[in-house]
Amino acid sequence: MFKYLFIVLLVAVGAVAQAKVAPNTSADPALEARMMVIAEELRCLVCQNETIAASHADLAIDLKNQIRLKLTQGQSQQQILDFMVERYGDFVLYRPPLKTTTVLLWLGPFVLLVIAALMLVINVRRRRLAAQPAALSDADAAKARALLATPPHH
Amino acid sequence: MNSTTFKRFLPLGIFVILVGFLGIGLTLNPREVPSPLINKPLPQFKLAVLSQPDKTIAAQDLAGQVWLLNVWASWCVACRIEHPVLVELAKTNQVPIYGLNYKDKSPAATAWLANFGNPYVQSLVDADGLVGIDLGVYGVPETFVVDKQGVIRYKQIGPVTPEALRDTILPLVKKLSSS
Repeated sequence: MFKYLFIVLLVAVGAVAQAKVAPNTSADPALEARMMVIAEELRCLVCQNETIAASHADLAIDLKNQIRLKLTQGQSQQQILDFMVERYGDFVLYRPPLKTTTVLLWLGPFVLLVIAALMLVINVRRRRLAAQPAALSDADAAKARALLATPPHH
Repeated sequence: MNSTTFKRFLPLGIFVILVGFLGIGLTLNPREVPSPLINKPLPQFKLAVLSQPDKTIAAQDLAGQVWLLNVWASWCVACRIEHPVLVELAKTNQVPIYGLNYKDKSPAATAWLANFGNPYVQSLVDADGLVGIDLGVYGVPETFVVDKQGVIRYKQIGPVTPEALRDTILPLVKKLSSS
């Protein structure tokens, strides 16, 4: 009995969650488009792998409303992004800025690439050296000549 | 070490380093994003008081004391886990706790406090969540430690645990109160 009640509750909760998904769009499509450009640059901190543009979390909807409001007040994209960074930190930006704390993030892959390329060059050179036939020593050459000069038996 | 042994153990070495990095990664909490508001003044606000909606409290009204700002809501499940800790803390009179009732319905919030106890000196009503945005709130509950000058000194993301209180928050409150 309790189990069924639980399932019914789960379904009800699901329905409520679904109801929240209704997007909050404004009447002005041009404003909406400008808002979405900015929202694409911002991370939703509730659901961290989504942009605010893609997210339907309550906070994302609130922040989209803030962006709309600020655009109608005549603020620029940079001003709005700065507003978000002041409150939520660099993490809110989907494209992290290049600064001392993020140098490794930006340059790390290239450093690894250079290291890998150097290892490749060193390896290829070493193999080429190993593949060259060793020079015959004088003793070995004399031995070979002697063997070649002797007529075969039988 | 000669070069063949080195070569033989190189992949193992790389693997161990990788495991080390991944292991450290597992112990970090991606939900805990460092707040840029630490050591910055509390944002300005003027909000209605939950118990007396005709009365307002502004940020500067609370200056001159070390206090906690706890962001909570009746719809917030984690707040229930945290709540007994705050109720106990309020009984000890070590630090005043103000609530920020975030995106909540006031009747539901009042009923919630009646049910679970009220540790707050006052709760401020942030019905549209705008002060929450100014505070960079993204996961309720969150708790801020504010010093006498109204500067944010610490932010606890998620429930205040007895350990966080004992090891971090209360020592900080003591230090800030004596300075």
